Amino acid sequence: MKARLLWPLGIFIVLVVFLAIGLKLDPREVPSPLVGKPAPEFSAPALMEPDRVIRKQDMLGKVWMLNVFASWCVACREEHPLMVAYARTSGAVPVIGLNYKDKREDGKAWLSQLGNPYTDIVFDLDGRIGINFGVYGVPETFIIDKAGVIRYKQIGPITPEALRDKIEPLLRQLNA
Amino acid sequence: MLKLNLRHAWLCLFLVLGVGVVQAKEAESAAANPEIEARMMTLATELRCLVCQNQTIADSHADLAVDLRQQIREMLATGKTENEIRDYMVQRYGDFVLYKPPFKASTAVLWIGPAVLLVLALTLLGLMLRKRQRLSDDAFDPEPEADPNTPNKA
Repeated sequence: MKARLLWPLGIFIVLVVFLAIGLKLDPREVPSPLVGKPAPEFSAPALMEPDRVIRKQDMLGKVWMLNVFASWCVACREEHPLMVAYARTSGAVPVIGLNYKDKREDGKAWLSQLGNPYTDIVFDLDGRIGINFGVYGVPETFIIDKAGVIRYKQIGPITPEALRDKIEPLLRQLNA
Repeated sequence: MLKLNLRHAWLCLFLVLGVGVVQAKEAESAAANPEIEARMMTLATELRCLVCQNQTIADSHADLAVDLRQQIREMLATGKTENEIRDYMVQRYGDFVLYKPPFKASTAVLWIGPAVLLVLALTLLGLMLRKRQRLSDDAFDPEPEADPNTPNKA
């Protein structure tokens, strides 16, 4: 009789465990199939100088970050001070900005207001580069190694914890 | 008279040709090709919009969905097949972009799980029924004389 009474309790506990795991998972965080694959090729005008073209090949041989941002993106504003602070640290890797689906003037104004942490900025007017990188929520940040392979993708703003615990150790390891 | 007619004919010819050219251009730029549009929409209903995850790319008004519909339109126009476009999306956004994920090791539980649960439940039910069948009559409550809930039997 006692064992029979324990059954509902057991089922309840199993359910609670499953629900607890479900609560911790973030459905917005879709693992990118691009991690571990070569970064998509791109060749697009620079934000600051429309006549100059930036290509993926320009960055070969370096460990670098690609930070997707836009002036219309609220979370980018939240993330930006951290990027500015990171760019000032010694041993920071080059950070290339991807100004995603923005107006050139807006992008420039945004950076002059909030500071420009970028080594260079690619201007992606129609979002095609974004599509090739599988971007679906700005800001997104990719870490790309010396061979041009994507090693990490941050979806959403970089937090100080993510920078300290994941991004910086990975960059050190890749640059070693 | 003849001259005038010829001139008219030329004029008409130019007008007709001109209209043709203008129409062709419009069709090209606005992707007003109904066949491609229909194929694009069918394909778009199979793809998840990652910005608003419970909508398909066909339903969503999100910027990304609009861009991806345009991308599909252009790829169909260049002769890409539906499968090639599906692969293109999966390469960028992962299996999650497909509303009907492919069967493979990581999705096996998803596909087989419900069937396994059903078989398990039916087996359990069968076992329980058999157990009850073997019980004697006095293990059950006696059947009520009349159901108080049914009318006309008061």
